[in-house]
Amino acid sequence: MSILVDKNTKVICQGFTGTHGTFHSEQALKYGTLLVGGVTPNKGGQKHLNLPVFNTVQEAKDQTSANASMIYVPPKFAGSAIIEAIEAKIELIVCITEGIPVLDMLKVKKILQNSNSRLIGPNCPGIITPDECKIGIMPGNIHKKGSVGIVSRSGTLTYEAVAQTSSNKMGQSTCIGIGGDPINGTNFIDCLELFLKDDETKSIVMIGEIGGSAEEEAAEFLKKEKVKKPTVGFIAGLTAPPGRRMGHAGAIISGGKGGAEEKIEIMKSAGITISNSPADIGKTLYDKLNG
Amino acid sequence: MNIHEHQAKKILKDFGAPVSKGIVVFSVDEIKEKIKKLQSKEFVLKAQIHAGGRGKAGGVKLIKNIAELEDEAKKMMGKVLITHQTGPDGREVKRLYIEEASNISKEFYFSCLVDRETSKIAFISSIEGGMDIEEVASQNPDKIITTKIDLKDEGPSDEEIEKIIRVFNFNDEQKIVAKKLTESLYKIILEKDASLIEINPLIITKENKIVCLDAKMNFDDNAIFRRPEILALRDLNEEDPAEIEASKYDLAYIKLNGSIGCMVNGAGLAMATMDIIKLYGQEPANFLDVGGGASKEKVTAAFKLILADKNVRGILINIFGGIMRCDVLAQGVVEAAKQVNLSVPLVVRLAGTNFKEGKEILDNSKLKILSATDLNDAAKKIIGAIK
Repeated sequence: MSILVDKNTKVICQGFTGTHGTFHSEQALKYGTLLVGGVTPNKGGQKHLNLPVFNTVQEAKDQTSANASMIYVPPKFAGSAIIEAIEAKIELIVCITEGIPVLDMLKVKKILQNSNSRLIGPNCPGIITPDECKIGIMPGNIHKKGSVGIVSRSGTLTYEAVAQTSSNKMGQSTCIGIGGDPINGTNFIDCLELFLKDDETKSIVMIGEIGGSAEEEAAEFLKKEKVKKPTVGFIAGLTAPPGRRMGHAGAIISGGKGGAEEKIEIMKSAGITISNSPADIGKTLYDKLNG
Repeated sequence: MNIHEHQAKKILKDFGAPVSKGIVVFSVDEIKEKIKKLQSKEFVLKAQIHAGGRGKAGGVKLIKNIAELEDEAKKMMGKVLITHQTGPDGREVKRLYIEEASNISKEFYFSCLVDRETSKIAFISSIEGGMDIEEVASQNPDKIITTKIDLKDEGPSDEEIEKIIRVFNFNDEQKIVAKKLTESLYKIILEKDASLIEINPLIITKENKIVCLDAKMNFDDNAIFRRPEILALRDLNEEDPAEIEASKYDLAYIKLNGSIGCMVNGAGLAMATMDIIKLYGQEPANFLDVGGGASKEKVTAAFKLILADKNVRGILINIFGGIMRCDVLAQGVVEAAKQVNLSVPLVVRLAGTNFKEGKEILDNSKLKILSATDLNDAAKKIIGAIK
């Protein structure tokens, strides 16, 4: 088992023939992802990377029975690309695009709430189940099959956690980047819930950062859950000044809220072991499991 | 993106909200001619900077006699205002707003924003006006009424508006104005991609009129591409020159006060790199995210930005190559380091795609570059190097 994606996940790519779509589709294919086609308006009927191109998501779904889509569409059009995928009833939609206007995401959220689709992202590295399915921009080779579930708001910091668990002889069940935007489709709680239910996931790494209150809500959720799994956390941004947006649209301490200390305190109170250093995430988990 | 008070009031006025008449001047000489447009006997002179707390810092002045106006304007123009939001360096006043004065009877707080937790539009109403809302929130949280409504084209319903403005206890005539104001704020969020509109204070005058006495607006940077009229309001004087330079190269850069410059790919890892420097007892000089594809040009620009900060005594480059190949990055670092004549210690930590090839390029470059194997090693090495 794993969560959300595995070797049977049939994936299409929206923005298939663009630079990013092409590059990451090639990488996904190399990794072994079951990519079955792609969508680029007005290019339907063509072949790209030896796979069929469709004009719409609905057509792609009808022809390939895809159940997941990865989106590499420019920010201007990404909101409508997500909505198109929801309307075609794609089960899992992963949007990598950074820079989508907040109002566009409000529209997406409203439609998403009344659907059965799950959205991961936007502005995220994607999701990977090692050796089975890679949907996103993460380097596949640092991952190793195993039992650590990783969920994170950041891209490269997730790679850091992956590499550290791998080098401490632990592999990953599934790794999910939920994205650095203030409004996203899947949050920490959604992922934690799935990890707690998944038999293959024996422990969890949760990486947050300043801004918003998603980490606090996740900690409250873990407190109430009956199922417990060893969990290690890290929060980036202890040295970030208030009122400044730290790269990610959602990473900002504003109105005295969203600071790292408060998040760390609440996470500790929920039984999460905090790694004080970003270099010790893997070691902290190893010690927790073997200490 | 932030805009000035006078610009925010112009937008409010365009959307039918009640604001006082005012004029904006960029030099004191302009006052004589422009002031003819105003009718009142008393004026309020307001320094235009992108920071709150102007009143306490001497940036707002009531003028009771028009004869004093020019003298006071001369004193205010060019003055450096230091408020709790400007930082210790303060902000130089380069434009003034002169408004017809109001007779204040009551002061309220009113704002409208995009709420990230619920993905809704939130209105915040409070009878504690004129104060910092964060202070009210911490001391009198029950004095703050938050009403969250769904995104919808038709705007808030009558019931929702009633809920939003109830706390103000308006009379029937005022309610009509307040309803219109509520609708206007909602429309500005939708039609201009504003992420925050704050009216503090919203006042009732002694003549029982509602007026937006101060206004602050913030816009979604991701949506600026479709709002050229908002982008035109950008005031580069209010931004850090280094950050403007950085944005030209698509670098996310924020200057801080420490001595170790950082260059990292990815915002989360960039923050974590700052944090580990602090864990080892030093302070980071900046936040810098070079993003996904760091070309030689980008790395050179990043070096120049970091080195322009005189506090920088060493540089730490931390790259976890995913899409970005470490050998390409290393090539960029070597060429850029030669070009900028690097004078401080440089530690480079490469991980991920092609890190071995990258390290070889650095080792063969004959530049004084210290390679680090992991994050701990990198932090130790840069701290050791500047001692």
